[in-house]
Amino acid sequence: MSGVFRLAGRGRIDPSRPVAFRFDGRLIRGYAGDTVASALLAEGRHLMGRSFKYHRPRGPVSAGSDEPNALIGVGEGGRYTPNLRATQVEIHDGLVAVSQNRAPSLRFDIGALNTLAAPLLPAGFYYKTFMWPRGFWDKVYEPLIRRAAGLGRAPEAPDPDHYALHYAHCDVLVAGGGPAGLAAALAAGRMGARVILCDENAEFGGSLLADAYSRIDGLTAMDWVARMVAELERLPNVQLLTRCSAFHYGPHNMVALNQRLTDHLAMPPADMPRERIWQVRAREVVLAAGALERALVFEGNDRPGIMLASAARTYLHRYGVACGRKAVVVTADDAAYRVALDLAEAGVKIAAIADLRPVPGGTLVEAARARGIRILPATTIQRAHGHLRVTGAELAPVGEGGAVGKGRAVACDLVLMSGGFTPSLHLHSQARGALRFDDALGVYLPGEAIERVRSAGACRGVFALDAVLRDGVAAGLAAAGGENGPEWRVTRQDAPGTGGFAGALPRRGPGHLALAFVDFQNDVTAKDVKLAVREGFRSIEHVKRYTTTGMATDQGKGSNVNALAIVSNVLGRRPEEIGLTTYRPPYTPVTFGAFAGHARGDQFDPLRLPPMDGWARARGAVFEDVGQWRRARYFPRAGEDMAAAVARECRAVRSAAGIFDASTLGKIEVAGPDAAEFMNRFYVNAWTKLGVGKCRYGLVCRDSGFVYDDGVVGRIAADRFHVTTTTGGAAGVLNMMEDYLQTEWADLDVWLTSVTEQWAVIALQGPRAREILAPLVDGLDISAASMPHMTLREGSIGGVPMRLFRVSFTGELGYEINVPSGQARAVWDRVWQAGAACGLTPYGTEAMHVLRAEKGYLIVGQETDGTMTPGDVGCGWAVSKVKPDFIGKRALALPAMNAPDRLQMVGVLTDDPLSMLEEGMQLVAAAHIPAPTSAEGHVTSSYFSPALGRSIALAMVKGGRGRMGTGLYAPCLDGPPLKVTLVDPVFYDPEGARLNG
Amino acid sequence: MLLIDCPYCGPRAEIEFAYGGEAHIVRPAADVSEAEWEAFLYLRDNTKGVLAERWRHSHGCGRFFNALRDTRTDRFLAFYEIGTPRPETGEAA
Repeated sequence: MSGVFRLAGRGRIDPSRPVAFRFDGRLIRGYAGDTVASALLAEGRHLMGRSFKYHRPRGPVSAGSDEPNALIGVGEGGRYTPNLRATQVEIHDGLVAVSQNRAPSLRFDIGALNTLAAPLLPAGFYYKTFMWPRGFWDKVYEPLIRRAAGLGRAPEAPDPDHYALHYAHCDVLVAGGGPAGLAAALAAGRMGARVILCDENAEFGGSLLADAYSRIDGLTAMDWVARMVAELERLPNVQLLTRCSAFHYGPHNMVALNQRLTDHLAMPPADMPRERIWQVRAREVVLAAGALERALVFEGNDRPGIMLASAARTYLHRYGVACGRKAVVVTADDAAYRVALDLAEAGVKIAAIADLRPVPGGTLVEAARARGIRILPATTIQRAHGHLRVTGAELAPVGEGGAVGKGRAVACDLVLMSGGFTPSLHLHSQARGALRFDDALGVYLPGEAIERVRSAGACRGVFALDAVLRDGVAAGLAAAGGENGPEWRVTRQDAPGTGGFAGALPRRGPGHLALAFVDFQNDVTAKDVKLAVREGFRSIEHVKRYTTTGMATDQGKGSNVNALAIVSNVLGRRPEEIGLTTYRPPYTPVTFGAFAGHARGDQFDPLRLPPMDGWARARGAVFEDVGQWRRARYFPRAGEDMAAAVARECRAVRSAAGIFDASTLGKIEVAGPDAAEFMNRFYVNAWTKLGVGKCRYGLVCRDSGFVYDDGVVGRIAADRFHVTTTTGGAAGVLNMMEDYLQTEWADLDVWLTSVTEQWAVIALQGPRAREILAPLVDGLDISAASMPHMTLREGSIGGVPMRLFRVSFTGELGYEINVPSGQARAVWDRVWQAGAACGLTPYGTEAMHVLRAEKGYLIVGQETDGTMTPGDVGCGWAVSKVKPDFIGKRALALPAMNAPDRLQMVGVLTDDPLSMLEEGMQLVAAAHIPAPTSAEGHVTSSYFSPALGRSIALAMVKGGRGRMGTGLYAPCLDGPPLKVTLVDPVFYDPEGARLNG
Repeated sequence: MLLIDCPYCGPRAEIEFAYGGEAHIVRPAADVSEAEWEAFLYLRDNTKGVLAERWRHSHGCGRFFNALRDTRTDRFLAFYEIGTPRPETGEAA
């Protein structure tokens, strides 16, 4: 057997399958079934990491998911995962692991100098120290703190693995596969209930995997586990999930599980996801989360070689590893005596058991005594000696009233501590179950639950094995609705522990320099917690945030109860008066990859492609994202940059014709006998008099009176409107329409249908648009006289059904050809061919923006920001004065909505025609005003106008329409402020002659 | 994730729904006082306890409906159609 601390014939590892992996570059040998921690401990090595703040050398305290110290980085390249618990990472051939938070090496770390400075780094140190001088924060303090803080480094390459998400439903979800969970799952499973049983470990069994003493139905605990698992596997209605942590308990019994599928495999199948998130909706949940042993708080309690007693038992029985040669046990609980007996039987010398209780007694104590183990009652540990490994413990008597006598040193290489067991309440608490303090046990237990959840076994303070099994069966039966469950006879077991201790151990002398850790992972000491209380923090939630105790990735699993007890002692109030900090998900850390699942890369968000996307790509268009849509921004020719391409496209539209894919416009069909009345109530405009075949610009306000959306509306028939919305507003407008229709105006007989995807829109704009289009539309007269601006016709184009709108967002003669999306490309190609001789040019969204800005057309969401009235943006004319009501009417009558100094839309020209304003720039009254000052307004749109040969901008300015011709200044980050003049927002063709051409 | 019992479709996961705010807010006529309009727009009870609220099954049938939910526990006490009165549940609002 490799590893000098490996004990032949013990443990559940497979000695026939040696495994080699690397830790900090060194080759380590272990066996199948080992974790990184157990393999290193088998070599006698406890030092596995450095701590967060003081860079103290640390080794594993636990053997499970509660491990705060032995955090390692695992994997290489994009598969590197930081901050994994060495106590949970299963080894396989080729695994590469590194220690963290050390430089240059784990044994010698320069950051450990922080320990010398520990007296200068009290609780709230950052809050107190880095206040002054103020300018130092950005350049000095923050970079320093950022470099020093954090544990592992983030991976630098993209994650090459994939992650899965799975929804599941079941009758009974059992979280935790120890004795209570197995019993509950079997009881429910035999009833025929659909059961999911999950456990965070590689195998089921929980505490039984480390129990060589108990006998159930004459079987060893481990054999009984095997029998239970075998029966559960035979039940078709039971699903078993190992390496699967229940980490979040959501409302209505939705529990999230994180299943790790490949990390333990040397050669995972390429198509297998690395992890899978299960979203389980369970009719009933049984929590069998067990209990965690508490550490003791004394000076030097973080030295490598100091661990929980139960952890040493796990390493012995599960991994066949002795954690040291000579152990000192410090306990306030009986369970540690069983550990001492097991270790002694395996050949580990027990130097002494220091028991904090004055008169320890009972079967286990007697058994230890009978074995000749030295028991020191009423004894505490004053401090631990050693640096990279514990070398001794100073044990001292505790007299009446808690006075600590003179200590004596006991040499050892292992200190095992047991402060008793804390039930794991995390999931119960996440389920918003109440907690109640149990005086007899000195811990919190689950109280009344809100969800359909019940706890079983140690997580509700039931510790004796026979009682745990009965409790599990009862919970399983209750969850599945049955009465008769399995029964087992526990033929040998230890009596449950009594006693327990929480808080800082009593000590001799003031111990001003003592570092007695409460929260190992965040390096929070007993002194820090006491200081926080002395400085006036009373709420445990505030103490937590001030000291950061319980805020590390272990979520305070091992530290919360000790911190609570310290606060309780200092304040002289009972723990239940102080309460407990909120348990927050996740129970254990979950990788970002698992949360992201398939939603990454091109699957992060749906990509919506307009019908002419392929055409645009073939033309070499440059694209931009508009919401989920990918739209052509401009179509550069060889050698053109964006400015040149956009200028050419704009000139083409103004001089000949342009073609534009406007299919992303939102489209809603409003139909029904009451369609016109619905439109009257919904829009600020009046619709009753709009004739069939006519269009109108429509404006939507909220009931707050602020502009929400806009778009051209055409009347197809007396009872049918073709409504368009902005590209981004389509879903919102339809939802708002449905809201009012369903909840306010149930009297109206109207149907709303989204037709955004059904109608493609080909915008044909420019003075030659009619000339191009006329021969294509089947028998339709589109002459100026027959089809003036703001009219629509139904017909066909080359046999394809068409709704033809004569509308313009460019200021030129223009048409929007609506055709069914499936046939849009064919129509587009026909128009394109027909236009070739007329200089027809494709243009993109950028030219569209420039052209509309030249005409002073607003874009909702660019000029407006949710606080603009129609009047503010120059659309007061659209608001009906005669309708009795419409959405926004009452609000628009409020005095504040008509105040003269409201921001109003204006045009802005820089005095230097080639200077460009930036969108978002503030406009102020004078060239040189000391900051801070209030702005007169801000720039909302800014472009270079090819038609005007100069820059133009739109802005919202206080009382702007009354300030035409006056000047303002736009302060610049680099350079002097730009002088600007306010003008009418319509820069081009203000009479509209071209539009109506 | 809440389990929401759409009166038209049955129980579905919360991701299929859009929240619609407090229910039974009556939109006043356009001639009410400024204070009444302000209250309609902005004043809500922010209930700790049983709240009548609106949901829309936006990725399902598209219908709005009302629900009674205890904001302390997320427990639903009733689902009912728009336009029908708030059901009596015997629990304090």
